[in-house]
Amino acid sequence: MFGKKRVAIVGAGVTLFRRNLKETGKELSYEAAKTALEVAGLELRDIKSVVMGSAPDAFDGVHMKGEYLADGAGAYHKPYTRVFVGGGTGVFTPLAGWWHVASGQFDTCLVVCEEKMSSCYPHPQYAFTTIFDPILERPIGMNLIWIFALEMNRYMHKHNIKKEDIALVSVKNKRNALDNPIAQLAANITVEDVLNSEIMAWPVQRLDVSPTSDGAAAVVLASEDVAKEVTDNPVWIDGVGWCIDSTHWTDRDLYYPDYVECAAKMAYKMAGIKNPPKEIDLAEPYDPFDYKELHHMEGLLLCKKGEAPKLTREGVTQRDGDLPTCPSGGLLGCGNPIAAAGLMKVCEIFWQLRGEAGKRQIPGDPRTGVAQAWGDLMQYGSVIVLRR
Amino acid sequence: MRYYQSEAVETKDIKEGKIPTEKFRPKAKFAWSAGIAISRFLEELKNGKIIATTCSKCGRIMVPPRIYCEKCFKPADGWKYVKDTGVINTFSVSFLAADASRLKEPIVVAIINLDGASEGMGIVHRIEEYGDWREVKIGMKVKAVWKPPEERTGAITDIAYFKPIRE
Ligand SMILES: [Zn+2]
Repeated sequence: MFGKKRVAIVGAGVTLFRRNLKETGKELSYEAAKTALEVAGLELRDIKSVVMGSAPDAFDGVHMKGEYLADGAGAYHKPYTRVFVGGGTGVFTPLAGWWHVASGQFDTCLVVCEEKMSSCYPHPQYAFTTIFDPILERPIGMNLIWIFALEMNRYMHKHNIKKEDIALVSVKNKRNALDNPIAQLAANITVEDVLNSEIMAWPVQRLDVSPTSDGAAAVVLASEDVAKEVTDNPVWIDGVGWCIDSTHWTDRDLYYPDYVECAAKMAYKMAGIKNPPKEIDLAEPYDPFDYKELHHMEGLLLCKKGEAPKLTREGVTQRDGDLPTCPSGGLLGCGNPIAAAGLMKVCEIFWQLRGEAGKRQIPGDPRTGVAQAWGDLMQYGSVIVLRR
Repeated sequence: MRYYQSEAVETKDIKEGKIPTEKFRPKAKFAWSAGIAISRFLEELKNGKIIATTCSKCGRIMVPPRIYCEKCFKPADGWKYVKDTGVINTFSVSFLAADASRLKEPIVVAIINLDGASEGMGIVHRIEEYGDWREVKIGMKVKAVWKPPEERTGAITDIAYFKPIRE
């Protein structure tokens, strides 16, 4: 046993993912948190601690976003922390919630993630440029899309991967999203549509990329004794892992995310998983770009290096395949309110394991799922293994 | 699955003030110290040279230079010049500027592994004089094109760009 207490997810809630939602970040946080509490059958007074996750402050244009969002997240007069690990935040936040409960310090923890990217208008790209090194990188005129393009090109080169195979991820995820009521960019598109879409920064084209979004998501965590009192269907957090690589990203080989592997191994060891492809029934790897799903499947050891495109081509990652991947529709289909998008992936595993995913429900009575997020300067991996 | 239903508005309605919004543009300015290692690196760029630091424990020749080896977590204990030639590790052809506006002519950006540095270590910079962007390839040899000495300011842009070395 890792930690003093076993920890379960007992409730989950999300908002719509859209550009320019009418609600403020606080309001979105409130609606997601309230929905998760209702599903758990708990009141705010039952919540002993709160963890908030939100990505760069520059999107909202509100510095100290943790304190700004606290009331909406249900943190009034409670032990409260905001955590932030870039794009990895959405899966890292429930990991931080896990240690609150696993430590034995709190019976319950409300985990809320929010992102309001459209506040920075007309586009948040310029806010993104401030993530780069001010002396050596910004004078080059860095654009966020470039780092993805550099990574994608290196990955394609190393394994001789065709853009056609990568485009299949975008086609799959946008189609999966047709069955997700929160989705922003659900669509039936073809590989040709992706290949013919506008070039942003070669090899990245418009339909390789997830959109700018607002949204929130929340889960309620409880210790084993509380979980068994409040639900017959707890979903257990059986593995947690996180890892960061060097900030010197121009000194690393970007074809493979070592740090995701490191985080995955930590989570699998805790969950007692020895053969991930056999023992994991579904996966929600982070897919802000189509190639990232493949990159992360490999980092999550769900296949060999360079093999993810083949599995995708063979239909293994479809909802009715052997390893359903991003059945939610992912970020490509649902949208990418960064921290909320990562936590949405955790919510999707929760619904799938409880048989509550509606039209998206994967067949075969799934028991074990993995969700992962990725962030900072192509260097952060956060991984969670859930079981019922 | 339970979710909260709401609705979104159009960006143009925000721009045109048709819905209640408050607008703000930050005016914060910054001046960053380049630090111990990078200040030396920038001074050397002014002289037309690229300098690395070395770690005697793991043997790495590290560029960009740092005063510590992050792997051994000990002080870097030497300085060493590397060449101004290298190999394209990966690249992108960007039709987007830093503010996401569309460029008429694309720009090529690359990670360049510098000759003389440890394998796989390098910097990010622009590539020019490549002809057709479809001809740019990973593994291509490139060389720095320096600004004239009188135009150098001690900045990464003292290297104007890298250009392919034609054999
Ligand atoms: Zn060392």
